[in-house]
Amino acid sequence: MPVITYRQALNDAFAEELTRDENVFLMGEEVAQYNGAYKVTEGLWKRFGSKRIIDTPISEAAFLGMGVGAAMMGLRPVVELMFWSFAYVGLDQIINNAGCIRYMSGGLINVPMVIRGPANGGTNVGATHSHTPENFLANTPGLKVVCPATPYDAKGLMISSIRDNDTVCFMENTLLYGDLGEVPDGSYTIPLGVADVKREGLDVSLIAHGRAVLTCLAAAEILAAEHGIEAEVVDLRSIRPLDEETILNSVAKTHRAVLVDENKPFCGVSSQIAALLAEHAFDELDAPVLRVTALDAPAIYSMPLEKLQLPDAQAVVAKVLSSF
Amino acid sequence: MARILSLPSKSKKSPKTAAKKAARPSVTRSVAKKPAKAVKKAPAKATKAVKVAKPVKLAPVKKPAKAKAIASAPASPSATSSAGSRKDFSKDPINSSLKPADKIGFLREMLRIRRFEQQALKYYNQGLMGGFLHLYIGQESVAVGTASLMNGKDEIITAYRDHGHGLAVGMEMNPCMAELFGKGTGCSKGKGGSMHFFAPDKHYWGGHGIVGGQAPLGMGLAFALKYKGIKGCAVAFLGDGAVNQGVFSECLNMAALFDLPIVFVIENNGYSMGTSLERSSAIRHSLASRAEGFDVDWSLCGGFDLYELRANLGAVMEKARSKSRPHVLEVATYRYYGHSVADANAKKYRSPEEIERYKTEFDPITLWEKQLLKEKVITEAGIEKIDSEAKAEAAAAAEFAIASPWPSEESIFEDIYHEVDHKTEAGQTGRHFFSE
Repeated sequence: MPVITYRQALNDAFAEELTRDENVFLMGEEVAQYNGAYKVTEGLWKRFGSKRIIDTPISEAAFLGMGVGAAMMGLRPVVELMFWSFAYVGLDQIINNAGCIRYMSGGLINVPMVIRGPANGGTNVGATHSHTPENFLANTPGLKVVCPATPYDAKGLMISSIRDNDTVCFMENTLLYGDLGEVPDGSYTIPLGVADVKREGLDVSLIAHGRAVLTCLAAAEILAAEHGIEAEVVDLRSIRPLDEETILNSVAKTHRAVLVDENKPFCGVSSQIAALLAEHAFDELDAPVLRVTALDAPAIYSMPLEKLQLPDAQAVVAKVLSSF
Repeated sequence: MARILSLPSKSKKSPKTAAKKAARPSVTRSVAKKPAKAVKKAPAKATKAVKVAKPVKLAPVKKPAKAKAIASAPASPSATSSAGSRKDFSKDPINSSLKPADKIGFLREMLRIRRFEQQALKYYNQGLMGGFLHLYIGQESVAVGTASLMNGKDEIITAYRDHGHGLAVGMEMNPCMAELFGKGTGCSKGKGGSMHFFAPDKHYWGGHGIVGGQAPLGMGLAFALKYKGIKGCAVAFLGDGAVNQGVFSECLNMAALFDLPIVFVIENNGYSMGTSLERSSAIRHSLASRAEGFDVDWSLCGGFDLYELRANLGAVMEKARSKSRPHVLEVATYRYYGHSVADANAKKYRSPEEIERYKTEFDPITLWEKQLLKEKVITEAGIEKIDSEAKAEAAAAAEFAIASPWPSEESIFEDIYHEVDHKTEAGQTGRHFFSE
């Protein structure tokens, strides 16, 4: 199977969907002639032209809203945010329009749009460029939120998201764009709302999404090699819809759960998972549900300190050990 | 417009005030170079001319030109009312081709909107409906005129004062009234309320509650038309308050940059809630002129005379369709009621005399009735009959709404996700709703 980067996997997904469906178009800052700020859309403008690959001015509210309007008319916009942090100047369009129009119109209108871009800290760009809004966008019924961790998942989830008839907030990670992974040739889909057990184990469930999944896999190797603990790693892949069954099955097997989340702790994604476990896995648990999250402060600029702010494998190992 | 809201005694001051302000180069640029006539503006050229001229030459203020521009602005009711000072828009080809039945139809539509809203107001005041109720009464000519110009390929969208546009494009009174009552038979199944009427089958895309939030959606409609190669245009309505939302400026730039076939219609009723135009816009002589900064053509027109509205809007819609370019049309209009019915200060930020003057001199329905009587298109009895029918239809709609059931509890979780509603494969995987 070919080994390609996370970035290339996304690029392949776009190219395949652009070819398959003429209603699909890409839009955003620097996506066309510049080939993408993070080169995710590299080569697409040359191949598909200015009608399908559209550079926009720095006007997030306007182009997000334009995407919503175009989607209402049956087009399938894939709108890039250079950073998900920039969505904050266009949230009215995402939450009030993309998120609520179907409901407020009594189902007369739907908004088949993908809003995508990186949503991560850890790159020394300070607080305003390091937001991870998956928790609060998943707080809007009407929106879907997807956070792939691997090249394989990125492609399959992106194709599903483009074909989905609702608005999908697709959150990538600049630290993952260069990661390599096996990705089959040709189109395939991964359904939204289906988690993936990335590593099987009997002793503890590590539950995560996005880059934190890779942190968990690294921690699991240390736990196995140094502590004889076999961790199961559950990759949520999509936050909303959420695959609760896979989470509960895993905890029923391991009886321990450590939630690892690059989101902030207060009302973060891990809070939702903790509530789920408290309500539906209470009798299965041999230890309290524990969390390793981003530290509850704005992302600091200073490089060595920023590293301390995000969960790393050692922090996960320490937290797991504390539960035994 | 500041001036349309001034009573005759005050209106004399406006040109002076405006001329005084013209000393500011930015204002001089946008106004002194502007042709006085509506519609035929070529702001792009004007802007270029300014660029070519040396800045020094901008300094002298052309007071007469400015005063002229202001005095002849067709948006002003006083201009409208001064006999002989304005064009007879009934002779415009877009109007002269109208058949009597069309003209009577416009009257019927305006009366239907007014009687519908008066019924709604009655029940709102009785506490039978919640939410906000932003009445369109006084502005009916704008929606009816617009709907009359749509050619089957055009798309429209508006803000929260949306009942008139909905009825004008052909939505039925029963589901509209039921929506106000929050009933399951409502046009949005009781999920949207007054501010959220939609009829995509009639090219009507709402009905949006957040001020200015619909502007980029309108741009998306225009984008989709162009993308699909459909020779229609989008008409995006917004109020005089919405022009101050940042997203509107973003839209002007993008619509021009992308050559989108869109007409932004500013329904300027003079007050953004309780704040008059003088207190909300740095440039007071017009709001549409902001378009000039984005190389977008703009014009002004009065919205009280249906002929005038149709002539002006019809021309710019056709231009949008044929040239695929944006345009901003500012329409002078007036609402008799508050921002919403809940606006307790509706008569405090403007004088009762001002409201009365508009009702007696510039009511679009009365003006149209007079026009049709003058043209002998209809008789007093004919008008009375249409009005009675509109009243009866509105009363029946209220009865329908009152008798309608509430939405079912299950419907709370319907119409959120298309995939869930349609039980597709994508709607079956994972949990979508998190209530226990």
